[in-house]
Amino acid sequence: MSKVRVLVGTKKGAFILTADGKRDNWEVSGPFFAGWEIYHMKGSPVDTDRIYASQTSGWFGQLIQASNDGGKTWHQPGLKPGEPEMPAFPAKAPNRFVYDQSGAPLTTHAWYDGTPHPWEFKRVWHLEPSLTEANTVYAGVEDAALFKSTDGGESWNELSGLRGHGTGPQWQPGAGGLCLHTVILSPTDPDRIVVAISSSGAFRTDDGGKTWKPINKGLVSNFMPNPTAEIGHCVHHIAMNPTRPNTLFMQKHWHVMRSDDAGDNWTKVSGNLPTDFGFVIDVHAHQPETLYVVPIKSDSEHFPIGGKLQVYRSKTGGNEWEALTNGLPQENCYVNVLRDAMAVDKLDDCGVYFGTTGGQVYVSPDAGDTWKPIVSNLPSVLSVEVQTLA
Amino acid sequence: MNKLPIRVVLPFHLRNLAQVGAEITVEAEEPVSVRTIIDAVELRYPMLRGTIRDYETLKRRPFLRFFACQEDFSLLPPETPLPKEVAEGKEPLLVVGAIAGG
Repeated sequence: MSKVRVLVGTKKGAFILTADGKRDNWEVSGPFFAGWEIYHMKGSPVDTDRIYASQTSGWFGQLIQASNDGGKTWHQPGLKPGEPEMPAFPAKAPNRFVYDQSGAPLTTHAWYDGTPHPWEFKRVWHLEPSLTEANTVYAGVEDAALFKSTDGGESWNELSGLRGHGTGPQWQPGAGGLCLHTVILSPTDPDRIVVAISSSGAFRTDDGGKTWKPINKGLVSNFMPNPTAEIGHCVHHIAMNPTRPNTLFMQKHWHVMRSDDAGDNWTKVSGNLPTDFGFVIDVHAHQPETLYVVPIKSDSEHFPIGGKLQVYRSKTGGNEWEALTNGLPQENCYVNVLRDAMAVDKLDDCGVYFGTTGGQVYVSPDAGDTWKPIVSNLPSVLSVEVQTLA
Repeated sequence: MNKLPIRVVLPFHLRNLAQVGAEITVEAEEPVSVRTIIDAVELRYPMLRGTIRDYETLKRRPFLRFFACQEDFSLLPPETPLPKEVAEGKEPLLVVGAIAGG
């Protein structure tokens, strides 16, 4: 019978929630890495027992963890699971993210006041395992850059063509930092990657990361001096259904957008949403025109309108939205749902999951019609991913 | 060059990461300093690499401090020799995480 494994990263550790295909009775394990911020965990689609995790701390910096048994045990890549050994340095350095500083334009980005500022690695926001190789994984980091490992996370190399393509020196951090938070790998073109950077925009490579270009045409950000500038847009998240890799859906700071040409052009599809500010967006696993967002009141008040937690679903690829409330709190709820905290499973009826800053993780086993909490009192949830297991 | 057994006290999260107790012992090269001790700690416990000091610059992480014999060595050059009590294993080097107020 099918199973699902939900990977939850929180501000104080990681949790793994498992259930059978009914998604009714849940087993909760964790906290793993108690006390550390777990920005993101994601399993390899090639080997579902291989899970990567980003473990970070303001005190102790960035660590990468990996599991080869579905999250039961963890180790830093290159170190023997469960016990220390002494690998040669720096051949195995799973926590070492070094920016390519080979020259201008890789030396600086723009600081808050517009002055040049050196790139500084801060943390890994998102880990995206390869669709074809279990030992290959991408890391989206702050300050915004994309790293790649081909040895299971034992060492990392920057795909510096992204920062170096030309606009990098103009990238400027927003309130959340200059973070690369979204990495989308094309299931049909192994050389195509789409990334999104907070307050810089979306970018795409079609040659495996050597060269990149901004893909922000059609985005309008009225807070910018030039609202339709090539870069500077605060993209919060992008989602794709693997059966339609050219169709992308974006939750921007304000506005829900779609593109049907892999990001070359974007169209606003906010439609009748009560507010089109938000962070998460995802697409139904089997219906590529069905998408989900969680509207948030505004960028000044990061909580649902009227204290009512509502997921909105469109079955028409945007513009026409319906509120999904069955099982969600409809009074006194003032949580947020962060950009990487929604996921869908691949079961026939497509389960939808999201986590909140209040520590709840909700599941809908029927594509959004009904909801219930799996857990209600975790630390603030930073990310949610789900694995569908045979 | 002689190597001396040195006592080191780690903060809670680094103990968990290295799967050790509150105090560890490493062999550090003379003259014993913060630099030689952390070199030895990272050699024996490679999972701690990058957690106490930056991988590239070897600079102390901002929210960690080094104390020994009731003295703060955090702001001194890391090659500064530590008191003989540390070198003789009578006193530990304390790696201390900042405690946020509030």
